[in-house]
Amino acid sequence: MAYAESTSTQNNHILRTVDVQKSFVDPVEVEVLKNINIWVDKGEFVSIMGKSGCGKSTLLYILSTMDTNYKGQLFLADRLLTGLSGNDLAVVRNEHIGFVFQFHYLLPEFSVLHNVMMPGLKLGKKSREEVEFDAMKQLRLLGVDDQATKKATQISGGQKQRVAIARALINEPKIIMGDEPTGNLDSRNADIVFDIFKELSSELGTSLLVVTHDADFAKRTDRIIEMADGRVIS
Amino acid sequence: MIQIAKTHLLTRKKQSAIASLGVTFGIGTFIVLVSFMTGLNGLLDGLILNRTPHVRIYNEVKPSPVQPIEKSTKYKGHVNMIHSIKPKQELSSVRNSLPMMAVLKKNPLIKGVTPQVSARIFYQSGSVLLNGNAIGIDVLEEDRLFNFKQYIVGAIPSDLANNENGIVLGIGVAKKLSLNIGDRVQMLSSTGATFRLKIVGFFQSGLADLDKMQSYVNVKMAQRIAGQGNNFITDISVKLYDIEKAKYMSGQIANTYGVNAIDIKTANAQFETGTSIRNIITYAVSITLLIVAGFGIYNILNMVIYEKMNDIAILKATGFSGSDVKKIFIYQAMFIGIVGGLLGLLLGGVMSYAISKAPFETEAIPTVKTFPVNFDPLFYLIGSVFALITTFFAGYLPAKKASKIDPVDIIRGQ
Repeated sequence: MAYAESTSTQNNHILRTVDVQKSFVDPVEVEVLKNINIWVDKGEFVSIMGKSGCGKSTLLYILSTMDTNYKGQLFLADRLLTGLSGNDLAVVRNEHIGFVFQFHYLLPEFSVLHNVMMPGLKLGKKSREEVEFDAMKQLRLLGVDDQATKKATQISGGQKQRVAIARALINEPKIIMGDEPTGNLDSRNADIVFDIFKELSSELGTSLLVVTHDADFAKRTDRIIEMADGRVIS
Repeated sequence: MIQIAKTHLLTRKKQSAIASLGVTFGIGTFIVLVSFMTGLNGLLDGLILNRTPHVRIYNEVKPSPVQPIEKSTKYKGHVNMIHSIKPKQELSSVRNSLPMMAVLKKNPLIKGVTPQVSARIFYQSGSVLLNGNAIGIDVLEEDRLFNFKQYIVGAIPSDLANNENGIVLGIGVAKKLSLNIGDRVQMLSSTGATFRLKIVGFFQSGLADLDKMQSYVNVKMAQRIAGQGNNFITDISVKLYDIEKAKYMSGQIANTYGVNAIDIKTANAQFETGTSIRNIITYAVSITLLIVAGFGIYNILNMVIYEKMNDIAILKATGFSGSDVKKIFIYQAMFIGIVGGLLGLLLGGVMSYAISKAPFETEAIPTVKTFPVNFDPLFYLIGSVFALITTFFAGYLPAKKASKIDPVDIIRGQ
């Protein structure tokens, strides 16, 4: 089945893995991911669930291309990413993958606007003015445009997370990945973030892949991938 | 990326300022040290080089190189063993000195030629006799070529030139005999004649032994003291336009005229060694200072990288590559280097100027009143190049470390 899927090109898969395996060797060899074959379709909102230590975060870092030390293959829109150089992967991340982390991870020295603009400036496909315009558009979409000129340290946690989402969106990526994006937020802010994600997938057609252990959050997504002991169980 | 580097620097102004100050002091001290040391070297070199003839022509007492027996046809081809060879009896003057000088003066390589007459004398005060030396010189030529005025106190060279019975008395002698300018000093020549000369000034070389012996008079007076005619010249000093030709010229003169000639390099070999050792010390100290400044930058950037781990991870996660991160930190280091370096050049310049105005009195050179400083632009060039090189390497190593940070480790660690 895995073979059939990997050869089919007539699909809507944005992200796909073929037999991804990963082991930690320190102090003894432990296999943390075993033959992972998953996919995310265009515009799909997928959550990965599982207990702590089941390997869901490890998987997400492999999917995000930041962790390259694994066996198996990773495709982004049918392009094989496995084996690309660190610099090429950085370009892929910059252009096609957006990130939202549990902790906001904004750069504290820069203004909110500048934080959002940074990946766009790095991509270099648009002029500074255009990037700034896009960044303001994203901030407005997320309802934090009034905070644009503040330093990243001067806004609240919920606002920070929304700014981080705006930053993830700046280059109009194919997929947004989140590692417990609501884990650090109160329920009201968590709902806001969820609604934003939902809107992105339904209206903009952006794929979303979110790691969470919040069952309520997961239930409301399009599909749940459940993991246990390094395997996908459903 | 430049903007990220700039923001990093500006948000930690204090650290950046301290790192820049490290470079500033490094470069500043380098400039001051090198300018001052080379200035001093130049002064000391000048003492020797300006005062010493490039080629000195003299007559050395020595045995005949070809002994009479070698010329005899009877013993030709024999091995002749001669014991107790005695030096040849001859005058201590240079032979044919006047025509030789006339010819040398026309040589295009030669800037000037001046005669010297050395006469042994005793300074006399009551029954006390002091051993000494009167040197007859062509005062104005001597001053033009060898800066004679640098060692006379209380007079200008023409005072001596205009007074045939004048003497520039060694200051050591003057102290011993309690003599002042305007007094007369009585001298006894080796032929037994007595001379009373008027003191027009004092001679001060800085070498106490020399100052206790030597006095200067006009050539004619020295010839009279020696009891010789006007072709009696014991030394001829030659000054060339190019000091590097001294060795070649001395060989030429010795061969052409059959006289003894010694060049300045041979006569003062120890001096050149001293100069180069002083230079080595200067550069060693300066480079150490710059390396210390480099370590300061290295240290601060290392700290910044530890603080900025999260930011580096985030930059990488959002698509900045390792080399982008490296660039950010190298830019920071270079910025510190450029700002610190420029300030250092300024500091060095100002301090050198201050030193060059500081009073400096020395026995050896009575005419020098302030410290000598060499304002060679080359030092400023070396300083800035070195500042850039050190800061680049001081920034490169931490930057390389930053580029290798694995964002997964950082993000998971939270």
